[in-house]
Amino acid sequence: MPADLVSCAWAILLSPLAAAALILLAGVHRPKLSAAAAIAGLLTGFLCAVRLFLHAHGRHDALLFESSVSWIALPGLTIPFGVLIDPLSLLMALIVTGVGSLIFIYAAGYMAEDAAVSRFYGLLSLFAFSMLTIVLATNWIQLFIGWELVGFSSYMLIGHWYAKPSAAEAGKKAFMVNRVADFGFMLGILALWAASSPTVSQRSFHFLTLERQLSSAIQAGLIPAGTLTLIGLLLFCGPLGKSAQFPLHVWLPDAMEGPTPVSALIHAATMVAAGVYLLCRAFWLFSGLPEVMTVIMWVGGATAFLSACLALVENDLKRILAYSTLSQLGYMVMAVGLGGRAEGMYHLGTHAFFKALLFLSAGSVMHATHELDIWKLGGLARSMRWTSACFLVGALALAGFPGLSGFFSKDEILVLARGHHLGIYVLATLTAGLTAFYTARVWFVAFTGSSRLSTRHGAGGGHHGVQESPPIMLVPLFVLAALSVAGGYLGIPRFLGASHAEFHWDVAATSVAAALTGLTLAWLIYKRQAVSAQQVVQALALPYSFLQRRYWIDEMYGWYVATVQQKLIAGLCAWVERVVIIGAAVNGTAWLTRGAGLLLRRCQTGRVQTYVFVFLIGVAGLLTIALTR
Amino acid sequence: MAEAASFYIFSGLMLLAALSVVSNRRPIYSVLSLLVVMFCLAALFVMLGAYFIAALQILLYAGAVLVLFLFVVMLLNLSPEALSRTRIFTLRGAGTLAALFLFVCLARILASVGEPPTGEARGTVEAVGRELFSAYLLPFELTSFIILAAIIGAVTLAKREPSK
Amino acid sequence: MVTPTHYLVVSALLFCIGLAGILTRRNVLMILLCIELMFNAANLAFIAYADAWGNLGGQMAVFFIIVVAAAEVTVGLAIAILLSRQLRTLNADEVSLLKW
Repeated sequence: MPADLVSCAWAILLSPLAAAALILLAGVHRPKLSAAAAIAGLLTGFLCAVRLFLHAHGRHDALLFESSVSWIALPGLTIPFGVLIDPLSLLMALIVTGVGSLIFIYAAGYMAEDAAVSRFYGLLSLFAFSMLTIVLATNWIQLFIGWELVGFSSYMLIGHWYAKPSAAEAGKKAFMVNRVADFGFMLGILALWAASSPTVSQRSFHFLTLERQLSSAIQAGLIPAGTLTLIGLLLFCGPLGKSAQFPLHVWLPDAMEGPTPVSALIHAATMVAAGVYLLCRAFWLFSGLPEVMTVIMWVGGATAFLSACLALVENDLKRILAYSTLSQLGYMVMAVGLGGRAEGMYHLGTHAFFKALLFLSAGSVMHATHELDIWKLGGLARSMRWTSACFLVGALALAGFPGLSGFFSKDEILVLARGHHLGIYVLATLTAGLTAFYTARVWFVAFTGSSRLSTRHGAGGGHHGVQESPPIMLVPLFVLAALSVAGGYLGIPRFLGASHAEFHWDVAATSVAAALTGLTLAWLIYKRQAVSAQQVVQALALPYSFLQRRYWIDEMYGWYVATVQQKLIAGLCAWVERVVIIGAAVNGTAWLTRGAGLLLRRCQTGRVQTYVFVFLIGVAGLLTIALTR
Repeated sequence: MAEAASFYIFSGLMLLAALSVVSNRRPIYSVLSLLVVMFCLAALFVMLGAYFIAALQILLYAGAVLVLFLFVVMLLNLSPEALSRTRIFTLRGAGTLAALFLFVCLARILASVGEPPTGEARGTVEAVGRELFSAYLLPFELTSFIILAAIIGAVTLAKREPSK
Repeated sequence: MVTPTHYLVVSALLFCIGLAGILTRRNVLMILLCIELMFNAANLAFIAYADAWGNLGGQMAVFFIIVVAAAEVTVGLAIAILLSRQLRTLNADEVSLLKW
């Protein structure tokens, strides 16, 4: 492998880190420098990834190359830190650096007025580094470190406006929910390591070594099937939390408290997709475990459907997009669960384009109006033409409009689903209809009609006060819009080595029909107002309130934490602490010390000669022992 | 023969003077007795070939240290109460006994060690100086710190005004 | 014939006399004087061994002991002056401030 390609691979990983370090060391009070450094860092990474892509294009070697340095070296255990370049990681790196660069540029306009631009860009760069650490990892430990680092940067960025209590709470929630999941994930990694070989010194965290060892061990029948299933389920805990699958999805909607570029980059395009990426990375393991695959499939399907339902009743623009993200992530997970590694990654790629586009358009709207409630917006299509056009492209791609990127990737998943399981196929098609419905709802309510904005935002009142965003924000939108349109023709599955899927007219027709049904319903309710929205709500009062309360999942967690954890477990711990630890151990020790001190202080006469005398007795005693021995 | 005679004379005189140091009521007598001890000791050093050390003993101990003692004794102008040396009997007896016991122990150690070989070590000024400025140069230089610390300590302690 | 053992016995005697003084005298000045006696006993032992082994190292040790003793006396006497000023006593039994 040519040396310059190896350095390119390292540069992808390290240039965002260098940017983060530069911002920390020199840019804390220089917002412009920080923004420039972060953008330059990630763009460098992107260009290096493109260089590698051009080299790799048209070749089908499963593994391009790997380069690593020794990081932790213990007797019997070496953990390298390095870069692993294969089609999967290269594709993911391209998405992360490419979409990331666009969002970084956009953020320069979006965050221009912010007080802490440097911190923002420093953390974004750190996030990019962490994400690339996951993507390019050569072993499970490196992946886990990156996994935790993205969790940390996500926490910091959600809480960017930490003075706002809801933002601080949301960051905390995201962090804690991910802790729960990551604990299982960590156990899974350790179990995988332990299972890889009966001799400790031969065990490995390295992806390829582990795959080889474990495969031969499975063939030799050394590992019981139950153990493997357990490992698979534990490993799936990681994606469950990071990709916000049911029932650990609760943190993602709240994470919308962060700045919109963060929502677009971390909570739509890249970090939440890390779970799907992990499933693909360890696909060799999961594909051999049918029970685990079934669980993954159903979790993904349920997430896709249930989140789409939640998006129907939500009124906050960003939260609708968040539920839509959940739903699409469910699609990806489901695709992997159905055995479609390439299909999952395909949808991941197209979703990154159009969901980043949607979020950035929403951010542009928010930038102009400071309003996110779709019922208070309206008529944006006239006042913000470019933003609205971009949003429309993203929305159509999301809804699966024929010819756009989302249509192709979703269609492949649906084809896969129909081939495997009828129930899942129906669920997925229903979800497609729901997706079209809530997307159209957003469009009709927020972008068409007349403006309902209160006059406080503009001098002339109404939509005249709403200004289109500056070019620095619009250009990334145009690029993403172009990608959302063209994403289906880039040949992502072929790059991953999948054979070209046949185009099924029947599946496509069904999904388009479902989408059109949803679209028409939304049009009737929200545009034509043939049926008023209130009437629909009244007619479906029970399911509506169920959805409004978000299936009471937050309440259940709250009850668990407050009652079971705080009152029961923490109460018990508090009792043990009060009585046993403080009462017996701490105070007991104190009393003992004090009593001993009361006795022993009699020895402390303060008279030098007494001390000399006692010292002399000691010397005499020692001498006696030495001489009589 | 002359050597043995001088050894017994000087060491006998020294031990008597030492006893006088310990047992005299008045500090001024004790200090003067200590002066006698120093001179006898210097004589013993000369017999042992430590000429330079013997000179130092006279100059430093007899000349400087003891004069300092004398100054302090006179400066403080000790009252009879401060001079008293009565102690509770038990501790005095115990102290003497302990000292005796220690001597017995030391004697036993000496007896068990046996005679060391005899060699020649003439501690002339030249030999000591040579040694001091070659092998012992660093410790020698470091002693200046000890002396400096002692000077600073003594000055700060003695200069301090009575607190009340 | 005077052997090194003779000197060492004298040294041990001198040491023990000094020790007995430290234990029995009450006056701080006297205690300091007795410490000097013990220093000198150690010096004698060093010189005797230096002579016996034909090695100047023992004499070097004595040289340093004298220096340290001088420093010690300086500080010790300063403390004695301070004691008599502040506490109006030189009686070691009454100086028991280092006590609970």
